Amino acid sequence: MDSSRPSDHFDAREPRDSGTVTQPRLGPIGYLRFAWRLLTSMRTALVLLLLLAIAAIPGSLVPQTSSDPNGVVQYKAENPDLAAVLDWFGVFNTYTSVWFSAIYILLFISLIGCVIPRTKHHFDALRARPPKTPARLARLEGFTTRSSPTDAALAIDEAESLLRSQRYRVQRYDDPSGGAFSVSAERGYLRETGNLVFHTALIGVLLSVGVAGGFGYSGQRVVVEGQAFANSLASYDSFLPQRFFSESELVPFTIQLDEFDAVYEEDNIEAYGAPTDFTAHVTTTMRGQDPKQQQIKVNEPLGIGGTSVYLLGNGYAPHVVIRDPEGEVVFSQPVAFLPQDSNLFSVGVIKVPDGLEEQLGIRGLFYPTTFPLANGAFASSHPDLRDPTLTLEVFAGDLGLDNGQATNAYALNTDSLTEIAGRNADSPTIELKSGDIAELPNGLGTIELLDIPRFVSLDVHHDPSQLWVLLFAALVVAGLVTSLFVARRRVWVKAVVAEDGTVTLEYAGLARGDDPRLEEAVADLADRHIERLKVDS
Amino acid sequence: MTGTLDSYSLVAIYSAMAVYTIAFIMFTLDLSRRSAATPSVAAVAQSASVGGGTAVLEKTDAPAPAKGPRYLRAAMALTVLAWLLQVSGVVLRGIAAERVPWANMFEFSITATSIIVGVFLLVQFWQDLRFLGAFITGFALIALGVATVNFYVDVVPLPPALQSTWLVIHVFVATLGTGFFALGAGLSIVQLLQARREATKSGLKFLSTLPDAVRLETLAYRVNVVGFVFWTFTLIAGAIWAERAWGRYWGWDTKEVWTFIIWVIFAGYIHARATKGWRGSRSAWLAIIGFTAVLFNFTIVNLFFKGLHAYSGL
Ligand code: HEM
Repeated sequence: MDSSRPSDHFDAREPRDSGTVTQPRLGPIGYLRFAWRLLTSMRTALVLLLLLAIAAIPGSLVPQTSSDPNGVVQYKAENPDLAAVLDWFGVFNTYTSVWFSAIYILLFISLIGCVIPRTKHHFDALRARPPKTPARLARLEGFTTRSSPTDAALAIDEAESLLRSQRYRVQRYDDPSGGAFSVSAERGYLRETGNLVFHTALIGVLLSVGVAGGFGYSGQRVVVEGQAFANSLASYDSFLPQRFFSESELVPFTIQLDEFDAVYEEDNIEAYGAPTDFTAHVTTTMRGQDPKQQQIKVNEPLGIGGTSVYLLGNGYAPHVVIRDPEGEVVFSQPVAFLPQDSNLFSVGVIKVPDGLEEQLGIRGLFYPTTFPLANGAFASSHPDLRDPTLTLEVFAGDLGLDNGQATNAYALNTDSLTEIAGRNADSPTIELKSGDIAELPNGLGTIELLDIPRFVSLDVHHDPSQLWVLLFAALVVAGLVTSLFVARRRVWVKAVVAEDGTVTLEYAGLARGDDPRLEEAVADLADRHIERLKVDS
Repeated sequence: MTGTLDSYSLVAIYSAMAVYTIAFIMFTLDLSRRSAATPSVAAVAQSASVGGGTAVLEKTDAPAPAKGPRYLRAAMALTVLAWLLQVSGVVLRGIAAERVPWANMFEFSITATSIIVGVFLLVQFWQDLRFLGAFITGFALIALGVATVNFYVDVVPLPPALQSTWLVIHVFVATLGTGFFALGAGLSIVQLLQARREATKSGLKFLSTLPDAVRLETLAYRVNVVGFVFWTFTLIAGAIWAERAWGRYWGWDTKEVWTFIIWVIFAGYIHARATKGWRGSRSAWLAIIGFTAVLFNFTIVNLFFKGLHAYSGL
């Protein structure tokens, strides 16, 4: 087939230098050329593809740092010996590991090396004329003959215009002295075009992810009803910049969470209490513009300032107010509690570093719909706020906030704290219903559950690669469909003048690649051609 | 209301299974009948394919023995009946749930098998592939058996993460692709058996009534590339949905990884068919491995692997 295809393409001609015995000695250039030929061969591409498939497997068996960091920690704790080995091979980061990268980078080098010469060749082929009519058509596919009602040259003229109307590229090869007139036709160049578009678009996808994706960022932020946050580095709870990120990319906007609506299934007993809809009602403000009321839902991110804002989680943020013995407020804010189950039993930590005699750390458990268990403990029986209870274990002492170490807002280190209310203390665990006020032990003050707003966790993503990837993915599909379903074929029509002056028309075709309908097409061509000749004459 | 419709749906599915069972037996009887009476047509086809230098694509259907294939026609009629029963079961389930019936393992299994059988039936208009009937009905039976016994769940509403038109598109196209891959795998298996028979001049006798290995390979290829196009689309639609729902279009989640692996295996298969020394049995093995990965992705990965796609509702 095409000489530009890798030499081990099954359609390729036998390589001229077959037989390794006569292989001349290779200089350094020769070796390079040899290596390049090897790398861009069909077999190498195939082996690399299969290797890629195999190399992707381990990452699905073992948790990955990028998507499941907690899973990795847990896995390492459960299988310390195995984890050490896996870690050495980078299996916890399979898709950025050296070996995985090596495979796909080699594959793409091979791809580029394969596509460039083929593209050049294809441009030439697009301008070339269809090849000379073979001497004996009878050996080709779909060979059929008809006797012609008109003279040879006229018949071939007609065949030429018919083929042209069927979008073939045509070339006449007449030999009046030999009594043979013929037209050679070819079509389906689109097949190769599609194949090249497909492979080139794959390179486009990879480059988009690697380059455009590098300018992105993502940040997470917990927002409680009534609160707002601004798109700036300082306001994110966690922030992940990509390689080429610079702070100037952060478009200044603010998002305020006005209200969060959760709908739970009521009718279907099988799914009682399962969430069916989450909606965050927000007010967004772009600098210099009027505020806008908008919505964020789970499958409907909010587009703002070149970012998409996703609603990824939600829960309750009990608002507690702590007062000193004089009634002076020392702490008053909603604290996001982390949901632990589908009925939103949640846990949270409240830290009160200043204003009281001692620093306080409070471990809270929250039950939106309280359900007392036989052993006296509580559970939550519904995620909605039907009968909320907040229970608090109070610790006093040193919170360890001043030693400069970053601390986790959701964890309480009790090493230098003493429990003053709770299971292991003289005073019992504090229990609050909405609006309740309780005394803190040791006359430290009071604590009130003022209100129970909801919070949402929002993910803000800016990924400039998205549009590019989508564009190239569309080209991948378009190229694929074209190359798989367009048939590339050659057909010939030849008029042979016999001694007695009768004219026989011969038709035949040649498939170039997979072409299930070739014979049909040749027969159909013959019929139509005769039809036309009869009408004309 | 939902409960009654749902139970009608189950009844339809069970009836379909009963009819598939009879169809399966009929298909098997047909194959054994082919073994008993080897028609001479096959011998001719055989020598033609050995003699011809160029691979001539004769437009013949699978050579049908002169005597009317009574078992075969009965088996096809039963398969159509079973399929209609199954489709009504699937539709009833959809009406009961008030959404598309492919949101958990059970629903996905019944929908996917109906599409696989549907593809098998439709493909007959293009090519006589009835000899795959035992493979397809057997497969449908096992899948439905596992679905009703192990995966059954009552109708429950969709969690917010699944409320998306992309569920409809992504999953539906994936099932279509699976249907074509299933047929392709069936053809590749027969191709391997046929190739062995041609090489050793011995083997299962009914094979002599079927197309030769080269022809089977061509058929398998055409079916598999259609599957591949659907799979490519599944991958892209999945990425778009992941972007909407989880905020990133690709995150190497286990399910994403396996969809990718399957795509790469079939890309390898297509390449193998175009690589010297890899046509024939080697590429057939790749197609079979690819379909095995599809099944693995749906069963083992859904049930035992941890990931974001944990909505199987089991
Ligand atoms: C990222 C890796 C690759 C993937 C996913 C891939 C995928 C595919 C697919 C799906 C096809 C069939 C559809 C079509 O013709 O457009 C194909 C065909 C082809 N690929 Fe690739 N390919 C890759 C790399 C390569 C490389 C490195 C080479 C060169 C060595 C290559 C050479 C070819 C050729 C020559 C064909 C045409 C086969 C035929 O004649 O039917 N591909 N490829």
